[in-house]
Amino acid sequence: MSEIAAVVVIGAGPAGLAAAAEAARGSDRVLLVDAGPRLGGQFWRHGAKDDLPQAPAPRWHHGWDTYLELRTDLERAEAAGRLEHLASTHVAALDVREDGLLALHLALSPTGEQLTTLLAETVVLCPGAYDRQLPVAGWTLPGVMAAGGVQAFVKVQEQVPGRRVLLAGTGPFLLAAAASVLQAGGEVAAICESGDLTGWVPRGASAALVPGKGREGAQYAALLVRHRVPYLRRRVVSRIHGTDRVESVEISRADDRGAQVPGTAQVLEDIDVVGLGWGFVPQAELLLQAGAASRLDVDGSLVGVVDGEQASSVPGLFLAGEITGVTGASGAVAEGRIAGRAAAGRVSGRAAESSRKDASARSRHRLFASAMHRAHPAPAGWADSLDEGTVVCRCEEVTLAEITAARDELGARDPRSLKGVTRAGMGMCQGRICAAAMTCFGTDPLEAARTTAKRPFALPLTLGTLASAEEGTE
Amino acid sequence: MTARGTDVLVIGAGAVGAAVAHYCTLQGLSVRVVDRGAPGGGTSSRCEGNILVSDKERGPELDLANYSLALWHGELAEHAESWELERKGGIIVASRETSLVSLRRALTAQREHGIEVQEIDAEALLALEPHVSPGAVGAAFYPDDSQVMPMQVVAHLLALARGRGAEVLPYCEVTGLMREGERIIGARTTRGDLPAGAVVDAAGPWAARFSALAGVHLPIAPRRGYVMVTEPLPPRVFHKVYAAEYIDDVGTSDTSLQSSPVVESTPAGSILIGSSREQVGFSDAISREALQRIAANATALFPFLRDVHVLRHYHGFRPYSPDHLPAIGADARATGLWHATGHEGAGIGMSVGTGKLLAQALAGHRPDLDLDPFDPARFGDAAPAGGPR
Ligand SMILES: Cc1cc2nc3c(=O)[nH]c(=O)nc-3n(C[C@H](O)[C@H](O)[C@H](O)COP(=O)(O)OP(=O)(O)OC[C@H]3O[C@@H](n4cnc5c(N)ncnc54)[C@H](O)[C@@H]3O)c2cc1C
Ligand SMILES: Cc1cc2nc3c(=O)[nH]c(=O)nc-3n(C[C@H](O)[C@H](O)[C@H](O)COP(=O)(O)OP(=O)(O)OC[C@H]3O[C@@H](n4cnc5c(N)ncnc54)[C@H](O)[C@@H]3O)c2cc1C
Repeated sequence: MSEIAAVVVIGAGPAGLAAAAEAARGSDRVLLVDAGPRLGGQFWRHGAKDDLPQAPAPRWHHGWDTYLELRTDLERAEAAGRLEHLASTHVAALDVREDGLLALHLALSPTGEQLTTLLAETVVLCPGAYDRQLPVAGWTLPGVMAAGGVQAFVKVQEQVPGRRVLLAGTGPFLLAAAASVLQAGGEVAAICESGDLTGWVPRGASAALVPGKGREGAQYAALLVRHRVPYLRRRVVSRIHGTDRVESVEISRADDRGAQVPGTAQVLEDIDVVGLGWGFVPQAELLLQAGAASRLDVDGSLVGVVDGEQASSVPGLFLAGEITGVTGASGAVAEGRIAGRAAAGRVSGRAAESSRKDASARSRHRLFASAMHRAHPAPAGWADSLDEGTVVCRCEEVTLAEITAARDELGARDPRSLKGVTRAGMGMCQGRICAAAMTCFGTDPLEAARTTAKRPFALPLTLGTLASAEEGTE
Repeated sequence: MTARGTDVLVIGAGAVGAAVAHYCTLQGLSVRVVDRGAPGGGTSSRCEGNILVSDKERGPELDLANYSLALWHGELAEHAESWELERKGGIIVASRETSLVSLRRALTAQREHGIEVQEIDAEALLALEPHVSPGAVGAAFYPDDSQVMPMQVVAHLLALARGRGAEVLPYCEVTGLMREGERIIGARTTRGDLPAGAVVDAAGPWAARFSALAGVHLPIAPRRGYVMVTEPLPPRVFHKVYAAEYIDDVGTSDTSLQSSPVVESTPAGSILIGSSREQVGFSDAISREALQRIAANATALFPFLRDVHVLRHYHGFRPYSPDHLPAIGADARATGLWHATGHEGAGIGMSVGTGKLLAQALAGHRPDLDLDPFDPARFGDAAPAGGPR
């Protein structure tokens, strides 16, 4: 594409696929960019053979029909020359130029090579989220993964990363991850849920608003019962044991703050994989680079502020999916459709036709999501009885003791100061893994969330690539 | 609300403000430090921690650099570990015969000033830095060039000062000054009035704005610089390595973008790559051109860097002074006002010397170095509107 793109959609998950499909109805210069080799994002992550014609729907997927419909729409648009899909391409940085155009700096994923700049009149940002992690003794042992990582492994490799898996943290996603393990032939030792789920009762009505969710949940529940998987409420992992890798896991009762209650420990033997998940953290670096307004959502996530058209505070930048709040795949599709239409409408100057159906789906999913977040809060008390020697920043190996010393003795009271004094968050993952933990050490939660989410590059680039970068359109 | 008064009120908790606070408490003065943000949140956390003599020309700046260097390795040596002080040595690499000639000229002058420096040939250079570009024609080696971790310097100097009774107030912005007649007797802040015997401007690149509150002209301007940080690597760069062109950039007053490489490794294994100089006000708009040039220069100096990943970049605003000298001492134009600012690209290295000298003056002693060359009033009053800038 040599001219300026009308709409660039970043991310080919549920939100991005829907946005691209809708945008291509209103514009013939649409580009869909995703870091992964295939369409689908996290939710419809799959292997190469699942894309073959007549391939059966993978058994761990929900809403696969929707995926196939969106894929068909995109293939048609591509054949008609209205849309182009750049696979394995990462948007490393996003600038708002003085002339109002948006500049996207693209590099190959995952090598970070071949930097090119692409100009766009509008961008629909749908970068999704990754698992929120919290430190626990032993979490650096091989075999400890993010719950989402366990599921992604199943979706792509079609096998379980181990034999006997323990899932722990909070939220319905633990059920989804457990289901994929069982469907791929693995064993689930237990699911530890830190909350007691009473939160669902007064707001139970919200679940009824989204029938698909109820159905998905009922299927998981049936599967867990059939496999006799214990679902333990108010239980947290208090220590992971093992020499070279995970061998056994100590779990404890959780108090109201989600902190382990001393003296209630119980050991689960013969575990080789632990999947930990405390909800999701939206990938906000491009949002912050563009300078768009952000806020804290019910679950403590930093999300972009949008209007009814999914427009951010930056003219031409639209947001859809997890970046506006973690609501799940169907909500993401509804938001994507609205955003794609609005972006194409902004370029053509024709007001987007509003769809009542998408708007009401969006509100139903948002209501459901806030009820879910309230029922499954990331525990405020995670550090209350954590061992002082527990590593918080895995990349730079910074312990809880070092962080509290920097806070108490050196007066470092926010994540940025703590990072400067201890190096927590300065390593290879650029604070993605320790972000949730470090945010808790701040006194101003919004500022702390922004600080830990700020990254000048969404993907590390080689110096050779940067040295040969040229400004201009691709 | 008016708080209890202190002998000294320091405005700005950067490296310079922290050093002033530390040395004032050593003089037995009561001290309060305020910053509108978190301590160390200004330029002192957006820079590199070089303590250099190699880039200085003879004159008061070199004297202050040498004085500071002696403090870092002398009376402050017991804290070396807490701020990761390391005497790494600096190497200036010449890649062309012409730059070698100017480098030699600089060496001779520096040697006369007592700086320890050796000229080394291409072979000796490769022995010291095996991964440097084979195209280098010669180099100069400065064994005294050192490095600290700036944020740790700020945190620990403030902790030392607090240990002797100083009070540090973060998130406290100075919005005006308290006066008694012509005399400045404290500051008005977002956390109330803070009376003090002396108010010290350590506001770094914001010193001009702060001084304007006090009604005096101090032409300190922001000079932006970028630094890139690589993924952690096994050690492959052993000294602080610069290109000979760096010295020229430091000395110019050109406002357009200049860039020459400064490459050094950190104890965490990441390599820091600096740096650019440009005057664009306090703009945070990313300059892709600056990043491209820094990368091109660094890979020319160390070809292996081509395949190394950059994890992030950051930028800071050096407190630039038109004559390249900081403003240190009492302001003759406003009784009660003192300055310690304008160190441009060397405020970390020279922070401790500045702090000690200013504390001596504040305590009524004769400072170890003559402060006249740093007289804050030397810039005179603001140029008349429409006149030359
Ligand atoms: C590991 C994981 C598993 C999940 N499993 C379930 C489940 O089983 N059930 C359920 O209800 N919900 C699940 N969720 C939540 C669900 O995936 C989301 O609700 C849904 O996918 C959100 O859609 P999205 O389009 O916002 O983001 P995603 O589906 O995450 O898609 C984002 C896409 O953007 C791309 N991207 C991100 N940044 C860039 C960039 N800078 N440049 C280029 N491309 C970029 C990514 O490669 C990705 O393909 C899961 C989430 C995760 C993280
Ligand atoms: C890219 C780059 C690389 C550098 N490399 C080096 C190097 O290697 N070695 C070296 O020695 N130097 C280096 N420097 C220069 C060095 O960073 C500065 O000289 C030094 O940090 C200045 O310290 P300071 O305390 O004067 O200013 P700052 O650290 O900026 O502190 C000033 C403080 O004043 C506060 N403030 C301002 N106005 C007010 C107000 N009204 N009320 C309350 N508080 C206020 C600010 O919040 C700020 O925290 C570099 C600079 C840059 C940008």
